[in-house]
Amino acid sequence: MVNITLLPWVILFSPLLAAFFIALFFLRSPKIAGILSTASVLISFAASAALFGFYLKNPSLLPVETAYAWISIPGLSIPFGFLIDRLSLLMLLIVTGVGSCIFLYSIGYMRGDQSFPRYFASLSLFAFSMLGIVLAHNFLMLFVFWELVAVSSYLLIGFWFEKPSAADAGNKAFIINRVGDFGFVIGIFMVWMLSGLGGAERTFLFSELATRIPDLAHQNLVTPAILTVAAFLVFCGVVGKSAQFPLYIWLPDAMEGPTPVSALIHAATMVAAGVYLLARTFFLIHDLPNVLETIAVIGVITAGMAALLAVVQNDIKKILAYSTISQLGYMVMAVGLGSSTIGMYHLTTHAFFKALLFLGAGAMIHSLHTQNIWEMGSLLKRMPVTAATFLIGTLALCGIYPFSGFFSKDEILALAYEENRVIYFAALLTAGLTAFYMTRAVWIAILGPDRKTHGHDHHAVHDAEPIMKWPLIVLAFFSVTAGFMGIPAFIMGGHGEHPHFNMAVAITSTGVALAGIALGTLLYARVKNRQDPLERFFGKAYDVLVKKYYLDEAFLALANFFQKLIAQILFIFDSKVIIDRGANGAAQLTAGLGSFIRYAQTGKLQTTALVFSFGLVALVAFMFLRGF
Amino acid sequence: MISLHHYLTVSALLFALGLAGLLVRRNMLMILLSIELILNAANLSFVAFSSYWGDLSGQAVVFFTMLVAAAEVTVGLSIAVLLYRKKDTTDTRELETLKW
Amino acid sequence: MPFGLTSWILLTPALGGCLLLFVPKNRPDTLKAIAVLSVTVSLFLAALTFFNYDKVAGGYQFVDRVEWVKSLGIFYHVGLDGISSVLVLMTAILAFAGVMVSCSVTRDLKEYLIFYLFLIVGCFGVLVSLNIFFMYFFYETAVVPVFPLIGVWGSGNKEYATMKLTLYLTLGALLALIALLGLYFVTGLQTFELPLIEAAVTAQPLPIEFQMWAFPLIMVGFGVILTLWPFHTWSPMGYAAAPTSVSMLHAGVLKKLGAFAIIKLGIGLMPQGAAYWMPYVAWIAVINIVYCGLIAFSQKDLKFILGYSSCSHMGFILLGLACLTPTALNGAVFFMFSHGLMAALGFALVGFIYDQTHTRLLEDWGGFGKKVPLVGTLFVMTALASAGVPGFGNFIGEIMILLGAWDRHRVPAILAVTGLIITAGYMLKTVRGAFQGPLKTKGNMLKDATGAGRLPYLLLIAILLLVGLLPSLLLPSISAGTKPILERLASSGI
Repeated sequence: MVNITLLPWVILFSPLLAAFFIALFFLRSPKIAGILSTASVLISFAASAALFGFYLKNPSLLPVETAYAWISIPGLSIPFGFLIDRLSLLMLLIVTGVGSCIFLYSIGYMRGDQSFPRYFASLSLFAFSMLGIVLAHNFLMLFVFWELVAVSSYLLIGFWFEKPSAADAGNKAFIINRVGDFGFVIGIFMVWMLSGLGGAERTFLFSELATRIPDLAHQNLVTPAILTVAAFLVFCGVVGKSAQFPLYIWLPDAMEGPTPVSALIHAATMVAAGVYLLARTFFLIHDLPNVLETIAVIGVITAGMAALLAVVQNDIKKILAYSTISQLGYMVMAVGLGSSTIGMYHLTTHAFFKALLFLGAGAMIHSLHTQNIWEMGSLLKRMPVTAATFLIGTLALCGIYPFSGFFSKDEILALAYEENRVIYFAALLTAGLTAFYMTRAVWIAILGPDRKTHGHDHHAVHDAEPIMKWPLIVLAFFSVTAGFMGIPAFIMGGHGEHPHFNMAVAITSTGVALAGIALGTLLYARVKNRQDPLERFFGKAYDVLVKKYYLDEAFLALANFFQKLIAQILFIFDSKVIIDRGANGAAQLTAGLGSFIRYAQTGKLQTTALVFSFGLVALVAFMFLRGF
Repeated sequence: MISLHHYLTVSALLFALGLAGLLVRRNMLMILLSIELILNAANLSFVAFSSYWGDLSGQAVVFFTMLVAAAEVTVGLSIAVLLYRKKDTTDTRELETLKW
Repeated sequence: MPFGLTSWILLTPALGGCLLLFVPKNRPDTLKAIAVLSVTVSLFLAALTFFNYDKVAGGYQFVDRVEWVKSLGIFYHVGLDGISSVLVLMTAILAFAGVMVSCSVTRDLKEYLIFYLFLIVGCFGVLVSLNIFFMYFFYETAVVPVFPLIGVWGSGNKEYATMKLTLYLTLGALLALIALLGLYFVTGLQTFELPLIEAAVTAQPLPIEFQMWAFPLIMVGFGVILTLWPFHTWSPMGYAAAPTSVSMLHAGVLKKLGAFAIIKLGIGLMPQGAAYWMPYVAWIAVINIVYCGLIAFSQKDLKFILGYSSCSHMGFILLGLACLTPTALNGAVFFMFSHGLMAALGFALVGFIYDQTHTRLLEDWGGFGKKVPLVGTLFVMTALASAGVPGFGNFIGEIMILLGAWDRHRVPAILAVTGLIITAGYMLKTVRGAFQGPLKTKGNMLKDATGAGRLPYLLLIAILLLVGLLPSLLLPSISAGTKPILERLASSGI
């Protein structure tokens, strides 16, 4: 019998130990690094599964909280501890499960890269950070790992740092996340402060906050406006990390990293952290209708905007990136509509099929050496397994019965149908767009003819090696079956409201998805050349989409305003006013005064002595007159 | 009986002599001599007060002063010698490079 | 033996320095060996005192006291409290790393090491002195050797920089001296003994009028070395001109001496004066953080970037001091420790590459990460530590300062959080420019650190990580040290 309290430690620290040992000892031994790192995640997965199994048998024990002193001084105590409940158990399984697939796949994908060990060290660090977020039982610990996720994403996105675009993308991801975290930190401080209003000692613990914060409103200790501000500030962190409008701009650029990294960032970890945070801190928002509504609106805006952008992309990873943003919009919207369960449900199914899609895209990129969908084609013949699993992922993403995406997306739509019709229609439209852009990608990249002009490497194109193929198959299996596993029921714990099912909505959404697929087929099934028909139809509007609504330019201008203009102005002020006028001015004043007084120095010894004696006499006389 | 006043008067005279010498003599050696006078004037008052108050620390200071005076003369004379070598004179009117 | 551990921490570098006088110039290995040995011994002793300091009992421990000028209340009196045991440990670590780095000096190594060791003595002296006279004396001892060290061994506009640096720090010290002399007379004890004065202040606070004028003098006087805006301009310029190991010690330790003096002499002795003036300081702290941080963006020379960055970080210390709350004050001391290591590491790494490329302009650097993976990795870690990433000590300090500031100075605290974005911005920009992207020609001949040359860097980063992951290594000592100060604050109703 394994000690249950030990398992969270194993889950959390086994990737960290791997990263640590690789960084210290195995930077020149790729084989050991790969095995060590993958083994560590598999260990985490096994431990998570054991933990899951244990609590599945003993659900009455949940939630379990363990805490150890980390920072403890008079007036401030920040414990280090684990919160095991249904939410974190589910998330642990997703992170380590999907993570294991990606780690295994990486061994094949990254083989031969000269920084292979560094890759695995960073990847392990990433897994560690994400698991930390999942297990954290207090706000500050969550923030610590939250930042570590940003750091490890910085390291991984900029993994090929000699490539300027990759290095820039890493910086962008980190800085944009920091902008979100600005609000998040202040939000944490506010929540911390609010927790003490009832007279109790302030706390960061989620379990304490979950009871205290709603109480505050009931006891009229605090106005709803303050709670609203705190909730919005915490939500800022989500906007940054989960790539919501307007901070989503880092995510497409993050495609500069190796493809398995994109899979990890976009499926199971980093971006999921934001939604997980929303679910974890649902107690903050669920009594505040206006906050919920804003969150839902931001979610649906993100979903729609990103889906539109995905339509015009020609880079397969960029298509998937915008698709991720769009689906994250869905999840956030679900939370905003009042159900964190459904948000988490979509997160789970999405983790499977999006990881599958990314890894499939990675396999294509790996053997075709291009990311441009127009240079791919006829892959069903050339890479059957990859193509087939990619199609499964696509169908899941489009929300076609019986693939997993159908169930979770349908629940979101059903929820929206009940809560807010405007959002419902926008979400429905987005679902159609999703089906459309994925169909476009599939027709051009997989089903269509090979459009590569100099196709001399035809023979080299084949399915990837087993270590890359099997993760695809495993993920494909879950993408198909995840809808039947009763995930929402598990999160709800068998009680609470029954998941919504609305036949009308289900039929409508399937219809819309099929319409999107039909439209995509109509437009792209026959395209033989490399000309996108949409470009002809829409002209100007198409340009705006290609330019990504000029949002990047706006942010760049804002950043340059501070880091170039303001910085330069301040520097000129510093050097011209403070140094020249202030410091050197004082020095010149002193020097001027000195050059005036120096004429008193005649250099004659006896003049000096005489003046000195007069001074002495004057002093003595003065003392006499004062009467000592 | 020689009272404190006598000692102090002599001390004051010595001091005045020394000061006058310091101010009017142009020869460096004479100036150094005058400084010795001034120091001894101070020593004299120290000793006088010491015996008057019956406190030995005054005499301790005198020893201290003598020590300093010896050091001072050593340095002073060597400077005088060096200056003489360099300038061929010990007349202080010629030595005015310490200006501006 | 009349001298205990504390005195030996102070004496070993001094003895080493004196011993070096008798070693012929043409035997660099002996010179290096003696210098390294002396700081190793003091590092060992500092670690010994740190671990043996009784945190439960608190107060001054390892005390040595020798009568000197009894009538004026001047004694040779050294000892450690919680704050100084932590800072002495930091100083000893940096002294060790600094001397190791100094060994790469080629011109007049002997004189360099002698000055450097006496600089170290001065730093130790300020921290361990329990007599204000000696504290001041050692402070000046620390300031003076920097003048020749930069003026002779520096680079660039070194004469101007060293003159400016020395004048600023000396003038600041004079301001503080006025207040300290005032203190001597106001207490009516006719003593410079810090424990006696502290006891007197605990029993009976100093007159309010005195606190009102003396506290700003201490704050500004010692604030100059803490780069209190607008007296910060000596710092980037001085660091840019200074040789590597001097920048390390100066940014790492000397700046913290100012903060230490403000804590012990300003806040500790004049709580009411502090309470009156600190709200203004909080705003200046924000100016430090934001203004110097933004200027760091516009800099082209890597040492100027680090210099302004260091000024910006001092804003956090100032903010921590300004709060007068336990969390913030402890956080400020913690931040002093970790910033010392981090700043020193940054300067050491830039100096390492500068020695090979002979240029520090960001535009001449680029893609060095491939050439010097170890130094590059360490610089990235330094940059992340500087940006307040968890795992490094700086994060703990910053978060404690901000939490402590939340109740006292809320708006400045919120503005200070922007400092985290700004720092991340310019540090990552620097990393991007210097170590990432395609390799530039200046880096063709770069060689990575090897052998014992890696030791100082690895030592610094390891300790930075260690305290970041296990802050409880330092916090009990720190809170034992701040406890009497906070009690005095509390009894004054602050």
